[in-house]
Amino acid sequence: MTTGAGCGCPLLAAAAEDDERSLTLSDYEGATARWCPGCGDHGVLTAVERLLTEEQLRPEQTVFVSGIGCSSRFPHYLRTYGFHGIHGRALPVATGIRLHRPDLTVFVVMGDGDCTSIGAGHWLHALRYNVKMVALLLDNSIYGLTKNQTSPTTPQGHPSNTQPRGSWLPPLNPVQVALGMTNASFVAQTAEWMPAHLAATLRAAYRHDGFAFVRVLQRCPVYMPQNYKAAVQQPALVELLVHDDGVSASEIARTYTNRITHDPGDLDRARELANPSERIRLGVFYRDPTRPRYEITRQLPARDVSDRLALLNTELDKYAV
Amino acid sequence: MSTSVVELPGTRDAPPRSAPTNRRVAEHTVEIVSDSGEGAQKCGQIFGAVSAKMGNGVWTVEIIPAEIQPPARVPEGASGNRIRLGASAVTNWGDETNLVVAFNEQVLLARHRQGALADDAIVLIEDRWATDPDEEIVQAWESAMAELAGTHYRIIRVPMEAACLTLVDNPRKGKNMFVLGVLACIYGRDRERIKEQIAYAFRKKSESVYTTNVALMELGYAWAERELDFRIDVPVNPTTEAMVVMNGNEALALGAVAAGFELCAMYPITPATSVSHQLAEIFDRFGGVLHQAEDEIAAIGVAIGASYAGKVAFTVTSGPGLALKTEFIGLAVMTETPLVVVDVQRGGPSTGLPTKVEQSDLLAVLYGQPGDAPKVVLAPSTIEECFHVMVTARRIAETFRCVVIVLSDANLATGVQPFPRPALDERWMRAAFDQDPVPPDAKPYGWDPETGLSHRIIPGQPNGMFTLTGLEHDERSKVAYSSGVHARASAMRSRKLAVLQEMLLPPEVNGDPSGDLLIVGWGSTRGAIEEAVARARAEGARVSSTHLTVLSPLQPGVRELFSRFRRVCTVELNYSDDPAAPHITTQNRRLGQLAWLLRAATLVDVDCWTRIPGEPLRPADIHDAIRQQLAIVTGGDA
Repeated sequence: MTTGAGCGCPLLAAAAEDDERSLTLSDYEGATARWCPGCGDHGVLTAVERLLTEEQLRPEQTVFVSGIGCSSRFPHYLRTYGFHGIHGRALPVATGIRLHRPDLTVFVVMGDGDCTSIGAGHWLHALRYNVKMVALLLDNSIYGLTKNQTSPTTPQGHPSNTQPRGSWLPPLNPVQVALGMTNASFVAQTAEWMPAHLAATLRAAYRHDGFAFVRVLQRCPVYMPQNYKAAVQQPALVELLVHDDGVSASEIARTYTNRITHDPGDLDRARELANPSERIRLGVFYRDPTRPRYEITRQLPARDVSDRLALLNTELDKYAV
Repeated sequence: MSTSVVELPGTRDAPPRSAPTNRRVAEHTVEIVSDSGEGAQKCGQIFGAVSAKMGNGVWTVEIIPAEIQPPARVPEGASGNRIRLGASAVTNWGDETNLVVAFNEQVLLARHRQGALADDAIVLIEDRWATDPDEEIVQAWESAMAELAGTHYRIIRVPMEAACLTLVDNPRKGKNMFVLGVLACIYGRDRERIKEQIAYAFRKKSESVYTTNVALMELGYAWAERELDFRIDVPVNPTTEAMVVMNGNEALALGAVAAGFELCAMYPITPATSVSHQLAEIFDRFGGVLHQAEDEIAAIGVAIGASYAGKVAFTVTSGPGLALKTEFIGLAVMTETPLVVVDVQRGGPSTGLPTKVEQSDLLAVLYGQPGDAPKVVLAPSTIEECFHVMVTARRIAETFRCVVIVLSDANLATGVQPFPRPALDERWMRAAFDQDPVPPDAKPYGWDPETGLSHRIIPGQPNGMFTLTGLEHDERSKVAYSSGVHARASAMRSRKLAVLQEMLLPPEVNGDPSGDLLIVGWGSTRGAIEEAVARARAEGARVSSTHLTVLSPLQPGVRELFSRFRRVCTVELNYSDDPAAPHITTQNRRLGQLAWLLRAATLVDVDCWTRIPGEPLRPADIHDAIRQQLAIVTGGDA
């Protein structure tokens, strides 16, 4: 079994014993993805399917929760349980799923509008609740599904249908925001055009005991074709944060030679590294598996019906006439 | 007749008076008002609980100022409790107050100006203000007494503070127990029960707090015994049936536990919050989680997530929170995720009147979602029903895979009333949680084409993997925009209400099954309406009433019931245009919310009598309305 270890959940013990299936990529394949050709979402889907296979996550014990947007179609393209809800509200739903069901592995897939705009309040509080789940921000810096409107992460000056003379304000930096939130326990950044780094980051996020927030930098070939184009072509514009406790991605060491050794336990340094810089920094900025987790703090032993009935009768005694 | 002011010596050595007169009455309404923070509410709660335990019918309501700490000695700061005692069951707060205890003359003025007090009310008032060193206070006292001079109140000055100072240093914290003792003497309350109730009320405080409070209560009792020349006897009628006494929010919370709920996700909002206070105290021990979310939207999102994952979840809110939850309610309807939403209504729109009662969310819950969003709406009409409605709501939500809205209101939330102790049933609590494999071809929305009912699949069930979506979808939960699928799926979601309606009983009639006038009510107004109808019937009027507790789908037989009366009129606590107001015609008059609904459903020319006083309706006012309605039926000669 792969998740919720030590939670004492009877479901886990039962499930682990009799399941000896060997799961392959095809066990996770859902409907054919209908994102535009060249969309970064395809690469993330591939990396996620790879993770599911590597970790042998049982499809029926795995739930993908999303909001609304291009990236939120994600659950439809997997053969796990999926919850394709409403715009910006994936995180509360995922929290509700996890609170009483530690046996389920929960992934959340959000776009930049979902996470950093309409659902920003939930995002901050989810970081603080630190309920165990992997939260992916598929950030292409634009609204694609509604056809080309500015998002909070759109680069300043970039024109869109709602800000045709260019985005008015500097873009929101999701990594900075996440690192600023009390009780954040895992903050990482990766890019869809670097499959090895993406895979390694997803693995680290999945194995983290807490709320693992991963911002995935993405291209939108239709509305943001120029975004990250330079970084894709020139690895020198990328800087990797490497550490034994973080992501090493040794297979890309030759291509990506700008490397900073960064201990993810160092929050102050993480915040420095999150500041805007010449190069795009990828890797695990921060990780602290000892942070309190809301669902563990609130985890209560299940009471059987006869116990509850007796307790309620005692409670009613207090109101007895 | 002028105000009779009885000057009473407040000293311990005064000689005992002659035997007091004992008035035996079928009912009496008493209220205790003070500045906020002086404990009038606690005094009233204890008095009400003890009265109920002794066998009186009781209905208690809170008098709540809008601010947490309003300035001292201002009319708008009046805070306290109003307790209607009866020799038999009391179903509503009644009309006017017969006896009021006021901690200062300003809060008394507030109640006087609101018309809360009977012409011949007995007024017990703290008298220290008459001789306060601050001249402004003395002037305020004198001007208040002048304002009251034209009334027929019997005003009795009570040296509350002077008496309390013989026992405690800070009388502000002790007067309420002194007053409790005074009332205990007047109404012949059992002091042992009072002590038990004091112990319960202060169970989180130290032993010395209990001892001091009991001593203050005894002091008040002794003072009244010595100084007051009257006693009031509302005969008690102890029942052998096991009873409990609580307010509607406590009943909702305990009902939720009895119904097997495992999660309540909420965000603080008046007047719903005390449901969560109750759960916060006890829910852990039942293995339940009270989740205070970051906002109203997250609260319902967490509840929907938990329900999707197979757990029994509800959210509780009031008007502004309901507005925020709108989109998620639509999602639950679309995805047929079982969900119970409790709305403890208050005055609106917008922030409105947070602490005041109103029944104005009916149309919002029915039609608040964009798109067609059929859902079930239940409205408890008594505190007892607040308990049992949670069991019903859960059962309907799970059986029909639908959203059930429970409409309570501020009157039920804070009203305290005894009712038969619920006989708990294990079946209410049992979980529907299923983790067995489903057949490989199982559909997440395998609608029965007749009923629209389908079997829910819960994450964790092997072979059941599907993606739930708020987009329109077919039986397999596949996104489908075609008009055929949308029409069929809409019909399936709607059909369930018709199936539920077939299982409901027709509304019961209070009074004769036919007549001149049928009054139709819903929610917390039941007691006041039925009392008014009883008064009118005692005068010979051919009036009956019915009270709808299921508002969507409407109970069957409503139209047929209406056809047996010459006139049908709703009585509601919400806004409608006064037919006599400028510009208002029969063409443009906006009606009470239930009236709209009933007219649409029955094509009967249903009239409405609605008020928004920010407090419960009084039977006397409804009685007047009945007379006016009957006059219309009988052509003005009634």
